[in-house]
Amino acid sequence: MVEHGDIRVVHCGGSKINFRDPVITHDSRFLLCASGEAVKVFSTSTEECIHELRGHTGLVTGVLLRPSNHLQVYSSSLDGTLRLWDFTDGILIKTCVIGYPIYSFYASDKHENVIFIVASMPSDKRAERFQLVAVHLPQSGDQMVEAQELSAVLSGVNPNPAAIAFGRGGEFIASVNDLQLEVYFFKKQKSYRFFLKEDNKKGGWNTFTCVACHPKDDCIATGHEDGKIRLWRNFNHKKEYTYSTLHWHHSTVSSLCFTPEGTNLLSGGVESVLVQWRYNQESERDFLPRLGGAITHITVSPDGSLFCTSHSDNKITIIQSCVKVSAVIQGLVKGDSIRTDLMMDPRSKALVLNGKPGHLQFYSLQRDKLLYNLDIVQQEYIHESGLQQFEVVKAAFDASGSWLATVEERHQKAAELELNLKLWAFDEQTQSFVLNTTISAPHDAQITAMCFCQPTDSQTTLLVSTSKDGHFKAWQLAAPAHTEGTDDEGPSWLCDFVSAYHGLVPECCSFSADGSLLAVVFQEVVTVWSPSTWELLTTLSQPPGAVSDLCFGRLSCSKYLLGTTASNLLCWNLLTCSLEWTTSMDVRRLVADPLSENMAAFCYQSGSTDLFVFKPSEPRPLFSHKAVCSGKVTQAVFAPREEMLESCEESSQWLNRSQLYFLTQQMDLMTFTTKAEEDRLLASSKQLVIDDSVAMTPFYLLLGKHRQQQQEHQDSDSSLWAERTALPQTSASMKELLQTPAHVLPSTSYLCSMFVQSLLISVSDAREEKAHAEEEMESEKEEEDSEEEMESSRSKPELAAAAATESDTPALTKAQARELRRVRKLDHSWLAGLLDS
Amino acid sequence: MGEFKVHRVRFFDYMPSAIRTMAFNSQTERLAVARADGAVEIFNFNDNFFQEKVIPGQDGRATEALCWVGHRLFSAGLNGEITEYDLENLRPQYTVDAYGGPIWTISSNSQGTQLAVGCEDGTVKIFAILEERIQFQRNLNRHKGRIISLCWHPSSAQIAAGMTDMIKIFDAETGHATRRLLVDRAMGASKNKEVVVWSVGYLSDHTIISGDSAGKVQIWNGLTGTLVRTYLVTKWDVLVLSVSKDESSVIAGTSEGTVIQFQFISSTVDQHDKEWVRTRTFRNHSHDVSALAHTDTAVVSGGMDTQLVVRPLLDKVEKNTQESALRKIAFPHRSLVGCAKKAGLLLFQFPDRLELWKLGESEGHVCLMYPYFVCRFLQGEDHICCSALSACGGWLAYSTVSSVRLYRIQYNNTISINKVGTLARACSRQPVHLLCASDDGKWLATANTDCEIHIYNLHKMKLHCMVPVYNSCPTTIAIHPVTNNLISVHADQQIFEFSLVQKEYTQWSRRLQAQGLLSLWLERDTPITHITFNPKNPDHIILHDTYMFCIIDQSLPFPELNAVLWNQMTLKSLPVSQRIGQSHAFKICKSFQHLMCVSLLEDLSLVVVERPLLDIMSQLPAPVRQKKFAT
Repeated sequence: MVEHGDIRVVHCGGSKINFRDPVITHDSRFLLCASGEAVKVFSTSTEECIHELRGHTGLVTGVLLRPSNHLQVYSSSLDGTLRLWDFTDGILIKTCVIGYPIYSFYASDKHENVIFIVASMPSDKRAERFQLVAVHLPQSGDQMVEAQELSAVLSGVNPNPAAIAFGRGGEFIASVNDLQLEVYFFKKQKSYRFFLKEDNKKGGWNTFTCVACHPKDDCIATGHEDGKIRLWRNFNHKKEYTYSTLHWHHSTVSSLCFTPEGTNLLSGGVESVLVQWRYNQESERDFLPRLGGAITHITVSPDGSLFCTSHSDNKITIIQSCVKVSAVIQGLVKGDSIRTDLMMDPRSKALVLNGKPGHLQFYSLQRDKLLYNLDIVQQEYIHESGLQQFEVVKAAFDASGSWLATVEERHQKAAELELNLKLWAFDEQTQSFVLNTTISAPHDAQITAMCFCQPTDSQTTLLVSTSKDGHFKAWQLAAPAHTEGTDDEGPSWLCDFVSAYHGLVPECCSFSADGSLLAVVFQEVVTVWSPSTWELLTTLSQPPGAVSDLCFGRLSCSKYLLGTTASNLLCWNLLTCSLEWTTSMDVRRLVADPLSENMAAFCYQSGSTDLFVFKPSEPRPLFSHKAVCSGKVTQAVFAPREEMLESCEESSQWLNRSQLYFLTQQMDLMTFTTKAEEDRLLASSKQLVIDDSVAMTPFYLLLGKHRQQQQEHQDSDSSLWAERTALPQTSASMKELLQTPAHVLPSTSYLCSMFVQSLLISVSDAREEKAHAEEEMESEKEEEDSEEEMESSRSKPELAAAAATESDTPALTKAQARELRRVRKLDHSWLAGLLDS
Repeated sequence: MGEFKVHRVRFFDYMPSAIRTMAFNSQTERLAVARADGAVEIFNFNDNFFQEKVIPGQDGRATEALCWVGHRLFSAGLNGEITEYDLENLRPQYTVDAYGGPIWTISSNSQGTQLAVGCEDGTVKIFAILEERIQFQRNLNRHKGRIISLCWHPSSAQIAAGMTDMIKIFDAETGHATRRLLVDRAMGASKNKEVVVWSVGYLSDHTIISGDSAGKVQIWNGLTGTLVRTYLVTKWDVLVLSVSKDESSVIAGTSEGTVIQFQFISSTVDQHDKEWVRTRTFRNHSHDVSALAHTDTAVVSGGMDTQLVVRPLLDKVEKNTQESALRKIAFPHRSLVGCAKKAGLLLFQFPDRLELWKLGESEGHVCLMYPYFVCRFLQGEDHICCSALSACGGWLAYSTVSSVRLYRIQYNNTISINKVGTLARACSRQPVHLLCASDDGKWLATANTDCEIHIYNLHKMKLHCMVPVYNSCPTTIAIHPVTNNLISVHADQQIFEFSLVQKEYTQWSRRLQAQGLLSLWLERDTPITHITFNPKNPDHIILHDTYMFCIIDQSLPFPELNAVLWNQMTLKSLPVSQRIGQSHAFKICKSFQHLMCVSLLEDLSLVVVERPLLDIMSQLPAPVRQKKFAT
């Protein structure tokens, strides 16, 4: 099998935005946060992602404003580089190669051109793995520099970025690890260590979790696992140090932050309550409760007006002056486990999976944005570990996306399983799902699988659920039986058919593409039923091993039924009811592309997962990729593309119609991308970089784009005539028209002429073309000027006067004449009034 | 070691009295503690916190405040009298009525020349301290409302007085009030409730610190009369404050049982402008902390829950030493139980009465006779100092501050108690706190608080010899019935054996000193309060402290310094042949709860008198309501 070099596994959207603490810029307009391999720049007011700073090849592990220039930002990454960016325009200014993976990094005003990084040094002892290293940044103008001056400051530090903080004005640095607080004074080059006992008698756990330093006073605040906050003072003495304890949190304090003036201390933890302690008056505290998820990071804007909390459900909340939540930036919610499959909503083409506890989330992959959360459980979630609460465990869409079925369960120890099957209808008016039917206890035991019939003629919708109680049930939409009591209730779902097979437990079920067959797996036996008559058509069995996943072939391969066992991938021919072929591989997940015959199988082999894409009818796989990721892959989905890709290469053709997404064991959403696609993306980002060298204004958008286009015209004019006349699609203006987002495009009237122009096959020579372009530009300029004048004429009368005096030169250009006309039209009476007075 | 039949006695319902106030003398390192029943106890902090002296209380003497002036101890109480104690004879020396109603507070100036008391009628009265007594000098200007707390400025020129709703600063020369600091009332509903300034501190830089009933600790500038900082530390009262000697730390005790420390520290490392910052919180009490003392190295606190807690400040002491351990003193450091070994009688001593109990008998698991209450001796106004019961149970003696009483008890079918006589108390120079006679009646040993042990020959009625003085106070002494050796255990947990005949330490004692005791033995924090002997095996010495009792077998070798001291369990698991190699002289049993007395009867049954601290806790009044998380 051949490895295909041009298809790459990449982190796609939905990466964590709560991985590291975000940064708010000095003007409080932007929020920067590390997200996968990029840094995202969000607007604090509109919550929109403005752009991404791309360039790192590893996970970004930190973002920090450059202390000496607040318009620049540093980012660090596991790829061993520090990069300096201009975040307003998204330009990479400098890359500094360190050579070691950077886990977190710190900078301070006092230490110019020094960055403190936490890196894992390949040293002898394992306990001292992480070191705090001071890096002197080389002062050269090159884009790419290598840092050579490294000096270790502290060893045995915690790689968690919350575990180290700079003290007052960068005079000292405080680091916590396990049960030890270490304070290093730069001036004296001396460090003090303070230890705590492992636990006290009352059962509290003293382990340090985070640290923050007061910006003005010598006071260090540390958070602990038992929810205590300690304020350390006098720590420049070995013995006479002292601390006071604040205790409100009932479990681990995960983040601490002082406000810039040091008047308040903010803390947060699992309780999802932001606590604000008055500094030196700690008995007074304010709370901002119900933030929706455990707080992982807290940051404060440099002017102290905005607070920002990251939450464990991949969310960033922006809070204005500790009272009002002003914005919520929500990423893809990835809990510790995704119980539902990855699914595509057929209507919105959004990825659907478990979101917040008790919710399903709809996530747009194209826009990398959470569309909305659907509350399934409709009960309040209590933020406490160890509580068993309702969880959404299964969900299924029907083919048209008008029905959604969900299963929620709660399994308490020493209590019966609580199970609810809910059916949701899509409401066209509200554009969301509305609860239609709740079936409590649809089965006696856990539901193992659920699927909708996908009929071509959409007369009746059928839902089949299989359960560990040995039954499978078919549910059908039906009108209520007796209409007397219930007046205008619509149709609801009722159980239509119950069946079992030899008391075996059904594991999964699947409908064929045309809905004429239902296959239900009873451990080792695959039973095929006819949904119209509920007749057992045939049984297929292939011992040994229980079949764990089942998939009907599609389109030309619809006569095949594929199943997986622990060691084999099986393919039956439904026409002959016999086994067509089998290969031995440990397939963990089998997914079918709804738009083609392709199937993807994720095989687990010796610690990592391999991917095979194949057609059931063909013996050779279309594509194979060894070691896609480490760990098992149990969830994957084919997402249809918005526009078809035209790849002629054989190995990447399977990616043309739909894209394959999968979740790794580390809960990262990954996808496959081809070289061509990547090139296109890179090109567009490069274009952006050039564009953004000038400040982004509406005028610029009109003018700069135009200029660039003009340049392109010139290029094409002078060099390649033939290509110009070739195809209208290749025209730059066409491309621009189609690719630029609508909201940044100039008015249609302006574009129209350009568009028509580009369609015409030019016969004039280069000069004419140029002159024409110039004229066009002029006319546009006129519009601009008049607009500008409207604004500035009041404030700048001298300028206007100067223009007037200049206008009496004999040879008037077209523009000058126009100017003169405009000036003449201006009302100068106010000036006379001014002179009189 | 053998097995004993055990009388596990739990009917001694001893109830210590709540600690009302305390005063620490940093020159002599003595702490005086006054309890609610009027008793005053002196603890020696140089000698393992040993309770050196106990001055028994008296009905109607409610001590509100204590004050050391040099070596002299003064107290004042709600009976309106100032008392000076005779610390040699362990009794009040004289009392002076202040004629101002109940006295709430007493304070001496730093030179030790004047004593100020705050009275119910609103006067601050100044007494001059003379050689033998005190004399009324003057009244400071009288104000409405009682004076709750007083503190002298170190220069003795000013006095700060805490009252209701305000603090007043008096000029000690003129007696005029120079400043009036108004204290805010509690926030919230109880605006009408006046606030009581329970305690004030006056520092040499004219900073005044006050603790009040609204739960605030406030820091004032005494020169300008302005409020500097307010710390709201509790919802209830701040009852007591104590300032460290170097004035860098203040502790405050609250009704919630917490002690809160404030420290005077600079906010940034290299600068000298310091401010008061709330730092640590100590939570060692379940009830009101009504007495506090700030020693150089520790916070000493006591309150309603009757325990005295010594909490070392870890920044002032070496870590992981005996000094850095938290100490709780719950029981008196002397035996309150007398045991008649032949008759099986127990005598329990309470402050105001004695109780005599007969032990029960049983055969196997069948109870033949339940223990029963024999009789009670009620004492009048003065409280009981000490008591004793003869081995045959026929004689009972007890003493008060003023008298010694001896009773003859006859057990016929009906018990009759005859008062034999009252002996006049023979005055001796040193206060003897331990007394013990040998079984044959020949020898008498006495120990006093100067660490001296005297041996008297009762047959010749004269001093026989004196045991070489050891620098730690003996906590108990006993004369061996067979060998006539004197066993003494000291406050630093050392054990000595002194031969009365040879007038020298025995070989066993010398070997023990040469080898040294295990650190685990030395680090125990309660003293040995009673020694008894095994009548069948003269090698066995039985001694106990609050948490364990121990049988020392003089025939066995001492444990090696690295050996396990408590090795009973490992010994049990070993086969008999190997036990001998492993066993050592100390056999320790910890299977009982807090012990008041362990004694061995004639019939080789062990009497263990337990008083679990939980039982004491359950008899205390309910503490103030506190919001507890998840309740």
